[in-house]
Amino acid sequence: MLSMKMVRLAAIGCVAAFLSGTTAGTANAAIPESSESIKIAMNNWTSQNVLSYITGQLLEKMGYTVEYIPSDSQLQFQALGNGDLDFQVEVWEGSMAEAFAKSLEGGDVVDAGSHTAVTREDWWYPQYVKDVCPGLPDWKALDACAEKFATAETKPKGRFVGPPADWGKHYSERIQALKMNFQEVPVGQAATLWAELQAAYDRKEPIVLFNWTPNFIEAKFPGEFVDFPDPASDAKCKTQPEYCGAPKSGYLKKAAWKGVQEKWPAAFAVMQHINFNNEQIAKAASMVDTDGLSPEEAAAKWISDNPSAWKEWVPAD
Amino acid sequence: MTASADSAASRSKSILPGILVGGAAVVSLILFAVAPDWARQWPAEQIVPLRDWVTRFFQWLANEASFGLFTVKDLTRLVSDILSGPLTITDGLLHKGFSQFGLAALPWITVVLIMGIVGYAIGGGRLGIATTLGFAYLAVFGMWPDAMKTFSLVLVTVPIAALIGLMLGILATRNQLAERVLSALFDVMQATPHLAYLGPIAIFFGFGAVPRLIATAIFAVPPMARCTILGLRTVAPEIIESGLMSGCTPRQLLWRVQLPAAQRTLLVGLNQVIMQTLAMVVIASLIGASGLGHRLLFSLQQLQMGKAIEYGVAIVVIAILLDRISQALIARNPARAPTEAEKAALLRTSVILGILLASSILVAWLVPAFRLLPKDMTFTTAPYWDQSIRWLSRTLFVYLEFFRDDVTTYILVPIRNLFLSLPWLPTCLLVATAGLLIGGWRLAVTAFLLLGFIAAIGFWVPAMMTLYLTSMAVIICVLLGLPIGICAAHRPRFTRFALALCDTLQTFPSFIYLIPVIMLFRVGDLASIIAIIAYAMVPIIRYTHLGLMRVPANTLEAGIACGCTGRQMLLKVELPQAVPEILLGLTQTITMALFMTSITALIGSRDLGQEILKALPAVDTGRGLLAGLSIAAIGITATRLIETWAVRRKRELGLA
Repeated sequence: MLSMKMVRLAAIGCVAAFLSGTTAGTANAAIPESSESIKIAMNNWTSQNVLSYITGQLLEKMGYTVEYIPSDSQLQFQALGNGDLDFQVEVWEGSMAEAFAKSLEGGDVVDAGSHTAVTREDWWYPQYVKDVCPGLPDWKALDACAEKFATAETKPKGRFVGPPADWGKHYSERIQALKMNFQEVPVGQAATLWAELQAAYDRKEPIVLFNWTPNFIEAKFPGEFVDFPDPASDAKCKTQPEYCGAPKSGYLKKAAWKGVQEKWPAAFAVMQHINFNNEQIAKAASMVDTDGLSPEEAAAKWISDNPSAWKEWVPAD
Repeated sequence: MTASADSAASRSKSILPGILVGGAAVVSLILFAVAPDWARQWPAEQIVPLRDWVTRFFQWLANEASFGLFTVKDLTRLVSDILSGPLTITDGLLHKGFSQFGLAALPWITVVLIMGIVGYAIGGGRLGIATTLGFAYLAVFGMWPDAMKTFSLVLVTVPIAALIGLMLGILATRNQLAERVLSALFDVMQATPHLAYLGPIAIFFGFGAVPRLIATAIFAVPPMARCTILGLRTVAPEIIESGLMSGCTPRQLLWRVQLPAAQRTLLVGLNQVIMQTLAMVVIASLIGASGLGHRLLFSLQQLQMGKAIEYGVAIVVIAILLDRISQALIARNPARAPTEAEKAALLRTSVILGILLASSILVAWLVPAFRLLPKDMTFTTAPYWDQSIRWLSRTLFVYLEFFRDDVTTYILVPIRNLFLSLPWLPTCLLVATAGLLIGGWRLAVTAFLLLGFIAAIGFWVPAMMTLYLTSMAVIICVLLGLPIGICAAHRPRFTRFALALCDTLQTFPSFIYLIPVIMLFRVGDLASIIAIIAYAMVPIIRYTHLGLMRVPANTLEAGIACGCTGRQMLLKVELPQAVPEILLGLTQTITMALFMTSITALIGSRDLGQEILKALPAVDTGRGLLAGLSIAAIGITATRLIETWAVRRKRELGLA
């Protein structure tokens, strides 16, 4: 009985495959334009995963098949250039600008537009640090109490826990340019930053470390960014960027393999239209980080809760 | 009388090198003091721009190089397609299903049953229960689909890597030139950190399961091949002679005599393949392998330690079960043909099992929970882990603070500064002198060129940082690992524990234990060294154990007959006999420690590992690859020196 069912299923499968093959061949504009699956890059932070699943599930609604491929946030650009990945929903200015610019230059990756959401990445401290170091968030105030951040290795300088070396930041240069009494100790991966933060937070120990927004940290640990000379207002920053902080509103873009526009034009249009703001991203992430849904479930829930948002991105049937 | 004359001669021989070493040390000390600037720091303008050349070469290879009809990339992509064949089958069976035939993947209950039966059939009741429970864990803790993605890859990777390793090992024992080339190649393969070659692999083989398979093979083939070489070389000549006397062809001799006789060592090799394959699970998720590794990194990034630990345990469970199954499989004695009665019994059992499996599929088809456990039927221990790790870090931190600060200030920082101030030319000369004393001119020149290469491409200072981290870790590894290995060999009760510890240390993803280490010790050298030790101690334990177990029984009896005390037995009889294995273990420990430094770049040391990371965003293939090769160069120099010394020592002891 079981095998009968399987045979029948197999037969249906064959017919379906045949039919889909013929429709793709005859009607040019029909969706999907190609039966191959669209490969979406998955990084290892919440919002990116939820947004990827939202994109994927919307594309599936339109009739595409989608595959989710895990990827390192730097190596992914080579894969996008080769067509091994087709779409990346979150390209961060702070950590990926260099690799992204380089891959755009090569011409095999295209910029699929920006989100409304803005990003900021800079030195950051948990709220209680303000009590031991009055005058924050000004960077001069931070520098004045550098010693409170010192450890055995950096003494007498303060320790700044910096981002992984592959994120292309230049904080040692900034420390030098501003003659700060700090030393950068870079970590190797984001998880290490959070381990340091959690350990310091539990003991209410002064710590200043690299952080960015939007991410799940804001919900768990109250705190704020250090104010460095603002590149938007300080003229010096144009010629000597090492004196200045990061832009307070960095971009959050989307990237696609250049072949997507020919292979799946309708899907490419959706990719271009997809647009999240900060609030939406924070909410999407908190469904996973606080409510305990899996990223897939969070994406499905978001789609059923917010039809007005995505109906603008997806063509009506 | 002759004996005393001999010993006098050998004493005078052993004095001579002593004088030479002393002299060399004095000369190099003077050199260290008076060396001019160019001999301390390779002048910046003289640095060979090799990294740019390599980067450009790879760009050319990826975009333009062709054999006329097809490009290099077409070729590598073809290899990818061929390799993905077997993967489609395991993927389909375990998690994807075969949608073209309308078939779903096997339900979890069936896979658990199959694994339980396989375990029972091969290793008896205990193994059967262990495999059943182990695989049930994967389902009950709600990670079945991810675990099956990983398991499917592992099932394909392990046999391929083991077979390649075995073949290369056999080739090396047949042909001297092949051995030399392969041995150098293995050093490079093992010591080059994965991050350095993930980039090129992603270019040529794409993203996903196949590049992961290749990256794993690069990493897992060398230990298998090395064990094959060692195993075949150490087969007792009497065994080979008896094989020849009974008229074996060379092929029969190899497959029926030598390989079975070398079984113990081959098993260590196979164990290494399995362990390395699972150790790569997390790293492979960086280039597109989905499954446990991706979930694990994801959880870590959200600081969900408990979840990450559960995924890590799943990886270890798969590793240990596969290892035990394969060991039991090879340890069975297949020579005897089954009797008629046994055949009939076997048939009966197979029929019953077949019905059992079929009905499990039927049950799963009727009750969806047996296909895939719904989320509210799975459970998790994650919150408890999270709480206990935070509690540990809060309570222990105060006590460890003094230890950490003192060790850092008074031991680590001074030693680090010493290493960082080492001038390149005198250092290279010193190492070359050591090479000259141990193995002669060839070794000296090799060592000098390898280290000089690092200076010439401008990586001297980060290389010294790497050397400092590695040597501190290796020293502690030997101090801890040697006694554990000896204990494991002497106390059978302790053996199981020690070997399970080895497997866990090796496969439990270092990413996880780095987090509590950081919470307790902060980002810094001490945390790096602890992380390296945890990973690199495994081979020294394993090979010490192996070496002591391989001491022939009659040698032991002779020792006992001579009235040796336990201590004398160990120091005068067992350890000297086990020296070749222990030294192999030492070289493997060094290689692994060097390898781990690239991971500790993940906790932020400023060494060659960091250079590799920096190369990633700029797609600076040359920089990453050369930093990787510099690490390999350090490893090869150390390995060569130790190996040559081992051979000499063996000859002196009359063992070879």
